[in-house]
Amino acid sequence: MSNEAELLPGTLDLLILKAVSLGPLHGYGVLLRIEQISGRALLIEQGALYPALFRLVRQGLLKANWGKSDNNRRAKFYELTSKGRRRLREETEGWNRLVAAIASALAARPQEA
Amino acid sequence: MILAYFRSLAARFLDRSQTETELEEELRAHIRLRTDDLERSGLSRPDAERRARIEFGGHERFKEECRAAIAGNFIDILIQDVRFSVRMLRKSRGFTVIVVLTIALGIGATTAIFSVVDATLLQPLPYPQSQQLVSIQADLPAIGAHDVGMSQPELQDFQQSGIFEYVSPAWFDENNLTGSAQPARVRIVSVAPSYFALLRAQPELGRTFDPQHNLPGYLPEVVISDALWKRSFGGDPNILDKSIRMDTDLYRIIGVMPPGFDSPGRNSEERNIEVWAATSFYGPPLPDHPVRNRRNLPTLIARLKPGSTIASAQNQLDGLVASVQNQFAGDYPNGWRVRLLPLKETVVGDVRQPLLLLLAAVAVVLLIGCVNVANLLLARASARTHEMAIRRALGAGQNRLTRQLLTESLLLSLLGGIAGIGTLFLAQESLLRLVPETLPRLNQISISWSVLIFALLTSMLSGIIFGLAPALHASRLDLIHVLNQEGRASTGSGERVQTRRVLVVTELALSLVLMISAGLLLHSFWDLLNVQLGFNPQSVMSVRTRMPYPNDVKIDKYATAAQEAPFIRELLRRCRSLSGVEEAALGDPASIPLDQSQRELNGLEGKFFLTFDGQRAQPEAPSMVERSRVTPEYFHLVGIPLRRGRLFNEFDEDTSPQVAVVNEAFARVYWPNEDAIGKRFKSTRPNSPWVTVVGVIANARTQSLAQSDVPQLYLNVYQNPAKHLAIFLRGHLDIASIADQVREQVQTLDPTLPVFGAQTLRATVSEFLLQRRFSMEMVGAFALTALLLAALGIYGVISYLVSERTHEIGIRLALGAQRSNILRIILHQGLTLAFAGALVGLVCALIVSHLMASLLYGVRPTDPLTFASVALLFLAVALFACYLPARRAMRVDPMIALRYE
Repeated sequence: MSNEAELLPGTLDLLILKAVSLGPLHGYGVLLRIEQISGRALLIEQGALYPALFRLVRQGLLKANWGKSDNNRRAKFYELTSKGRRRLREETEGWNRLVAAIASALAARPQEA
Repeated sequence: MILAYFRSLAARFLDRSQTETELEEELRAHIRLRTDDLERSGLSRPDAERRARIEFGGHERFKEECRAAIAGNFIDILIQDVRFSVRMLRKSRGFTVIVVLTIALGIGATTAIFSVVDATLLQPLPYPQSQQLVSIQADLPAIGAHDVGMSQPELQDFQQSGIFEYVSPAWFDENNLTGSAQPARVRIVSVAPSYFALLRAQPELGRTFDPQHNLPGYLPEVVISDALWKRSFGGDPNILDKSIRMDTDLYRIIGVMPPGFDSPGRNSEERNIEVWAATSFYGPPLPDHPVRNRRNLPTLIARLKPGSTIASAQNQLDGLVASVQNQFAGDYPNGWRVRLLPLKETVVGDVRQPLLLLLAAVAVVLLIGCVNVANLLLARASARTHEMAIRRALGAGQNRLTRQLLTESLLLSLLGGIAGIGTLFLAQESLLRLVPETLPRLNQISISWSVLIFALLTSMLSGIIFGLAPALHASRLDLIHVLNQEGRASTGSGERVQTRRVLVVTELALSLVLMISAGLLLHSFWDLLNVQLGFNPQSVMSVRTRMPYPNDVKIDKYATAAQEAPFIRELLRRCRSLSGVEEAALGDPASIPLDQSQRELNGLEGKFFLTFDGQRAQPEAPSMVERSRVTPEYFHLVGIPLRRGRLFNEFDEDTSPQVAVVNEAFARVYWPNEDAIGKRFKSTRPNSPWVTVVGVIANARTQSLAQSDVPQLYLNVYQNPAKHLAIFLRGHLDIASIADQVREQVQTLDPTLPVFGAQTLRATVSEFLLQRRFSMEMVGAFALTALLLAALGIYGVISYLVSERTHEIGIRLALGAQRSNILRIILHQGLTLAFAGALVGLVCALIVSHLMASLLYGVRPTDPLTFASVALLFLAVALFACYLPARRAMRVDPMIALRYE
């Protein structure tokens, strides 16, 4: 548990977009993909994934189609729309800027202040 | 765009169940996939599934969040709520029907009254820029005379003042239209040539008068109404330039007004004008050189200059009036004050108060209905406490529940509103027939857009009013407490019962206020019905006829009393010979007791300015009195007894000295503490002879039912000829044929005279009460409805308390309590509410009744008899409403009651 971090508010959408950008996924697949690409460091409440997915679909960032999973279960697959792709790019840049800013702020030493 | 939006809305609405199953399926798929993974990692299938569910978290909560995420906006949540509400309401049909009916009744009645208020009071008069239209009224402050009319020079002052765009008198009269099969009496109004330009009214055919025309006498042109065109001329398309003969004068028809064009008059006679004639109000038949203090023109109407307001025009007018008074001081011994009023005020002023009273009354009924429904909802909320608690526990937000309950209430009230409006639509024909014809702008009453919007807003407001209390209660739900009470679903919280008590007291108080208002109206109406009339309307009829009034006085066959007398004597002789007729007399329309239809005509002809001989008062200050002209037989026929002196007799001729009969009130006002017999007075008109009072008759309520002591002056028709005549007949009359019989006699003597307006005196008297009767019946009906609703309300609350205490009552009975004690306990609870309601209601009624004082006659607003008897009736009904459930409580079987839990 100690190496798992709580998600910052608002970051779940970004993670979902990133996960789906690597190829169409069903809900459970999104979960697995996020775990995998984050090195299992992020803790996601599984059920909370779905309201976020529905929200992204309504915003037109994702589109959903029913299909078959690897082990032949019927499941709904999500993929990125072009609007979603653009949003992912913007949000990623924004995130990087934020991280850089916060990192440099935290790295500041007393004499630089 | 909007269409597409609605289509997608509808699609979403319909797709909802599909979305719901897909949502469920997707979440289940997730859990299944997770279970598969966990199973592969070595767990048994059941363990894996359990673990997957736990990891997933609150299934229902996420589902709710997903729904919100799908819905996303207000409309979608609303749709969800509405769908849920529909399900809930369909589950409890009886409840829904009762609520919808209550609200339908309230909204339907309120909207019906509002449609009348809207058409009469709210909508502007149907003329372009009607806010610029005013009426000009003159008062003589020194003698307290109001609306005394104008003289022609005064009219010219106003027309040339530059304050108004146009000024025109509207002189309502009758005329004899001859030339078609039957001579007919037509309603005519004499106006200035600028009249139609003033109203900005366009004809449907031809043209109207040239507003610039200003020659003496009448224009030889008339404009006729659509109704007259269709009735008398068969809608002839070539009607223009045809000639008609009215009062023996020839006129050319130049235009036809469109159907529905009303003159701005004070009563239906004045509004339904058939012929418009234009004159400059001097030159034949009027004097060539009119004088300033002969005010023979009625109230003027005018259009203000564009950009001018009533206040600014009044300001200018005051200056004009002051300078005119300075210049012609001799003509204004009694001062002169001129007032501008919105024209609408003169048209609808009389009905404003009664209508607002009705609207207030019906609004109270609606409010009581709302309170009743709130009560029902609260009772139901008790039953639904458990449901609400469970939904909260499963993750429904507090706001969401409140919103859901409000949606339910709004749905109920809208359904009620729709039912009410629907009923109104179906019943509007028969409802309109209930409205008295005297109501102005009757034909404009309709279910218009503004009425529909009013109904919609009222429905929504009602929904919020009755939905608020239950919704707020639900939001303050104590979860743990409720759920701990396991099976006992319907334990109402103390707070909720308290709210219900307050609601019941409110509704009882409101209904008492309404009942007392109705009681006061009923009481004063009853008094009016039972006043001593002072005359006897039994088996009396009046039939009207009218002598022509040609513009050329020289061709007038009936110009003087001497010329008219032979006709009148012969007509009365012939009428007496008709079958069933015992007595016959004749008078002018002012002599028809309580006749309202000719108010304007009577106002002009019947108002009479007098100066008195040897009076202590200044002789140049004339007094205005009500005057009738009658034949000698009149007094005996209508049953007004002589007190002193003598009545008219056959020796009072055109050539003999003028004599008068006055009533006791007249004698007392003008010759207090003196004998009126032998006193003299004369009209202020130039060259008027002295008139000697020869008789004093008893007071009678011929002018107003409410007042017995209006001074009345009677002159002899053989000495003072009248053009408008009423033939009075007493006897066993055949009402159906008497008009035709009289017409035959009149037209044998002069085939050009019209005969019309046959009516029993009884009918005239009851018409006088028409508007009062209407107000009283409506308010009475509303009060009964209110009482019924309030009784239902208190019945509901007491029944509820009884059912809640069944267990307790069972225990008491088992422990030996007397059944009469149980009855007393329950009745005590009910009567506490009733007394509280009565107390609040009585205080409010005292306030309200003073506001309606002017609608009452002979009854003080605090009339103790009405207050006491209505309060008693009210308590009796409340007692009965409590007794029914109390009796049920008394009959509780302890065995059953104790097993009941």
